[in-house]
Amino acid sequence: MKKSFRYGLAALLAAPLFAGSAMAQSSIRIGLAEDPDVLDPTLARTYVGRIVFASICDKLFDIDEKLNVVPQLALSHETSADGKTVTIKLRPGVKFHDGEPLDAAAVKFSLDRHRTMNGSFRRSELSQVDSVDVVDPTTIRINLKSPFSPLIAQLTDRAGMMVSPKAAQEAGDRFGQKPVCAGPYKFVERVQQDRIVVEKFADYWDKANVHIDRITYVPITDSTVRLANLKSGQLDLIERALATDIKDIRATRGLKLATASELGYQGITINTGKGDAAKGPLGSDARVRQAFEAAIDREALVQVVFNGEFKPGNQWVNPENSFYQKSVPVPKRDIAKAKKLLADAGVKTPVTVDFMVPNNPETRQVAEVVQAMTAEAGFDVKIRVTEFATSLKEAEAGNFQAYMLAWSGRTDPDGNIQTFAYTGAPNNYSAYSNKDVDAALDEGRTKNAMPERMAAYKRAAEQLAKDVPIVYLYHRLVIIAHRDRIEGYRQMPDGLVRVVGLKIKG
Amino acid sequence: MLLLIARRLMQLIPTVIIVSMMIFGLQQLLPGDPATIMAGEERDPEVIEQIRKQYRLDQPIPVQYVYWIKGVVTGDLGESMRLKEPVSTLVAQKLPVTLQLATMAMIIAIFIGVPAGIVSAVKKGTVWDYVVNVISLWGISTPNFWLGILLIFLFSVHLGWLPASGYVSPFEDPWQSLKTTIMPAFVLGNSIAGVLMRHTRAAMLQALSSDYVRTARAKGLNENRVILAHAMRNALTPVITLGALEFGTLLSGAVLTEQIFTIPGFGKLIVDAVFNRDYAVVQGVVLVTSATYILLNLLADLGYILVNPRLRP
Repeated sequence: MKKSFRYGLAALLAAPLFAGSAMAQSSIRIGLAEDPDVLDPTLARTYVGRIVFASICDKLFDIDEKLNVVPQLALSHETSADGKTVTIKLRPGVKFHDGEPLDAAAVKFSLDRHRTMNGSFRRSELSQVDSVDVVDPTTIRINLKSPFSPLIAQLTDRAGMMVSPKAAQEAGDRFGQKPVCAGPYKFVERVQQDRIVVEKFADYWDKANVHIDRITYVPITDSTVRLANLKSGQLDLIERALATDIKDIRATRGLKLATASELGYQGITINTGKGDAAKGPLGSDARVRQAFEAAIDREALVQVVFNGEFKPGNQWVNPENSFYQKSVPVPKRDIAKAKKLLADAGVKTPVTVDFMVPNNPETRQVAEVVQAMTAEAGFDVKIRVTEFATSLKEAEAGNFQAYMLAWSGRTDPDGNIQTFAYTGAPNNYSAYSNKDVDAALDEGRTKNAMPERMAAYKRAAEQLAKDVPIVYLYHRLVIIAHRDRIEGYRQMPDGLVRVVGLKIKG
Repeated sequence: MLLLIARRLMQLIPTVIIVSMMIFGLQQLLPGDPATIMAGEERDPEVIEQIRKQYRLDQPIPVQYVYWIKGVVTGDLGESMRLKEPVSTLVAQKLPVTLQLATMAMIIAIFIGVPAGIVSAVKKGTVWDYVVNVISLWGISTPNFWLGILLIFLFSVHLGWLPASGYVSPFEDPWQSLKTTIMPAFVLGNSIAGVLMRHTRAAMLQALSSDYVRTARAKGLNENRVILAHAMRNALTPVITLGALEFGTLLSGAVLTEQIFTIPGFGKLIVDAVFNRDYAVVQGVVLVTSATYILLNLLADLGYILVNPRLRP
């Protein structure tokens, strides 16, 4: 009894000591909305994983606030006149966390690993790469099968993350348990669903701008609890706060808000060609789809569900994006037009629509609003709330007429549309197929000059607005909240939390 | 006695095998292909095919089962597809957390539930009885997630006494560990306490009206002794059964509570695994919890014998 009391006392006395030693080092805690998947840039596939990668794995290129490509591990790039070779100059003297040099051979190793490793999710992103040559220790040349303008944009994400060849060869597909990259922080430990800890890398190439010693990432799924942790000071920064909490965050002293329009979108995919479900009026007649779209008031929708914080949209990029086609503006709601289109199509109203909606409170609300709005034009939308994994299976089998689907978005517009609208592409749940759109999308990814790409995407946008395989609804806001003791936070449009340049006040 | 334990342990083996077959079969009925779900937005058909091959998802279910059970026998529970970590490592990480939380919750539940049940039975029909009944009803009917969020707002956001979420191991820092687990343990214990109280009360009422209690009183025994030594001992049998069952349920993971307080235990692990169709993890966790559950039942049986000598073989 006495003994255990003494231990207890010792523990009590020791507790402040631990706290004291932790305070000598500057550290911050970041709340994540989910537990990331494997921390291997080649095998990873979740959005939340990219937030952690932003501190441990630098990429060849990065993006800035305006979505321009800026150098990171690379210094510059040059595309040949025929568009088939891209030469990249590397930053000299960069080291991986294990002290290995990041040279052209290491870059070739990483790119080849992304392209060929079993189960690599980077394979399709780099599918146009034919081979990688080492020109000299700080120069590589990427040979392409055909011109591919989104390549550099791909290298601003996981495909551009470089891993230490030595560590990767030793660990094989277990590399993700202890990733060794060239980012500002090196991996310390991970307890699944509890925390990921990283600490400042002393030999980082840009170490003058790294001011915090330690970062702990804590996955907290419930957004209310995540915000409560931020308010109570347990966390210093949280990602993906709710739009409905924005007012509260603004009103709370000591909290700051950082936002940006997302790269992705939320939309309704319409089955136009797969199975019996596509044979209904909505799937088989473009006029019915146009009527469906005309019945939706996007502005009201975001007002009702998201307090007006999200941006209405009608294309695969948001209206602020430089690839947005101004010739196809966000349409206003027009019930008379919707009714006329239905009459022209000669369909019997109400037109029933089987609307599959993945189970989450926000999308359910959006679906209900869409249901109410389209009812006025003569649609009878039957909402079928489905668990997400099941909904993917159903979508693949064509067991839906309309499907609420979100896309997290890619830096290059090609990544937001090609896989959804190109004939036979992996994410083309709509089973949409149009030769002109295919040709335009091909042109969009093979041409390098901005005016040519714009012209190609304009053609695609105009055709897609007529055919409506996807009704784009709105673009979410990336909502980051942090305590005001954190300074220097800048929000990039990809929603990731960049930690270089962050400072703790005082 | 030893024979009884040995026999019960032998019974454990076929039960676990049947459970493992059921869980293996049942989760194959879940719609959705694990490889496709794992790919998420990165849907490259060729890569999905590679993953299916790598994890033998392309083979018939009985073949997959044989591979899996072969591994289990040699102590290999397979690998998480999502995290690329051995399932045994994940289980070893989470089991102590869940055990700690479940034990704390159970202690809280017993300390509240059993005395409250006795008091309300002994003082039947008085104000005490009503008060205890109201409190226990409140405990049973309060949703865990709601109570959890309420506690966070009170103790973490407003008062700032306790961390809102997270978990610290008692071996790292016992005081901090207590601070991080007391709220979730209370939330879990609170709902069980209500159930325990109702059962203790019913069992006590029955015991108090029995002949031996009347005899004990007639002998002129002190009332406290009648209640605690005679009536309570007999009333404990159903309470032990219930306690073991509730403890077993706690071990299989207190999903919502773990989610709210971000306690990295079995509950969170299994929910994430189900949504991601990470079969190996689901199988591993269910196997371990069902074995523990059966062991707990065995302990409950032994507990009866301890409190009730008439059951001794």
